[in-house]
Amino acid sequence: MLSTPALVLAIILFGLGLIGLLSRRNILYMLLSLEIMLNAAALAFIAGGARWGQVDGEIMFLFILTLAAAEVSVALGIVLQLSHRFRTLDADAFCEMRG
Amino acid sequence: MEILFYIAAAVTFLATLRVITHVHAVHALLYLVVALIALSLIFYLLGAQFAAALEIIIYGGAIMVLFIFVVMLLGPLAVEQERTWLSPSAWVGPCILALVLLGEVGYLIASGDHPTMAVAEPRQKAISIALYGPYIIGVELASMLLLPGLIGAYHLGRRLSSEARSC
Repeated sequence: MLSTPALVLAIILFGLGLIGLLSRRNILYMLLSLEIMLNAAALAFIAGGARWGQVDGEIMFLFILTLAAAEVSVALGIVLQLSHRFRTLDADAFCEMRG
Repeated sequence: MEILFYIAAAVTFLATLRVITHVHAVHALLYLVVALIALSLIFYLLGAQFAAALEIIIYGGAIMVLFIFVVMLLGPLAVEQERTWLSPSAWVGPCILALVLLGEVGYLIASGDHPTMAVAEPRQKAISIALYGPYIIGVELASMLLLPGLIGAYHLGRRLSSEARSC
C-alpha cells in the first residue's frame, strides 16, 4: 500500500509550505507557499481515497482545485494592486492598518 | 510501483525545497511546475488518474501561467533581468528533475504495467455519480465561490488600469 508514505509526503510538503509561509516576506512567495500547502492537503485526500477505495478523495480534490483557482485569481489581483501602490512586494511594508 | 513512488516523492520534495529557498521568482515557478508534475505522477500511482490529469491541466497549466503572467507584469522588464531569467544554469535543475519524471513515465508505458487501468472507467463513472449525487451541494457552493472570485479579480484588475490612466 502506498497510502501511508503518501500521507508522510503530504505532511512533509505541508511543513515545507508552512516554513516557506512563515520565513519568506515576499508576498508572491507567501502565495506560492499557500499553493504548496493546498497541494499537500489534496495529496492527503487522494491518499485517503486510495486507502479506502472510495471516490470521495478525488471529489474533495476537485473542490480544493476550485478553491485554489478562485484564491489565486483574487490574490494575484491584490498582489498587482499592492505592487502598484507601494512599489514593493515586502509584506512588512503593508502596515497601513497598524495591525 | 514502490520505487517509482519514492523517486517521484523525492523529486517533489527537492523541487518544493527549491521553491521556498529560491530568490528569483521565475526560477521558483519553474521548480513549482516540476513539483506539480511529480505530484501528478504520484496521484496516478495512487490510482487517481482523473486527479492526475486535472493536476497537470489546471495546476501546472492554468494557475502557473497566471503566476508567470503576474511575475512578468510586476517587475520592470529590463534586458539584464531577462538575461538572468533565461540563463542556462537556471534551467539545469528543473530539467534534471523533469528528465527523472520522464524516465519514470517512459518506464510505466514500456512496462505495460497499468495496475489501475482496468478499474479506471467505472471509477470515473462513480466519481461523476457521486459528484452530482450526494455532493451536489458542494458543486453549488463551488460555483458560488467561483463567481465572487471572478468578480473580485475583475474589480481588482480594473481599478489598477483606471488609476494608472488618471495619474
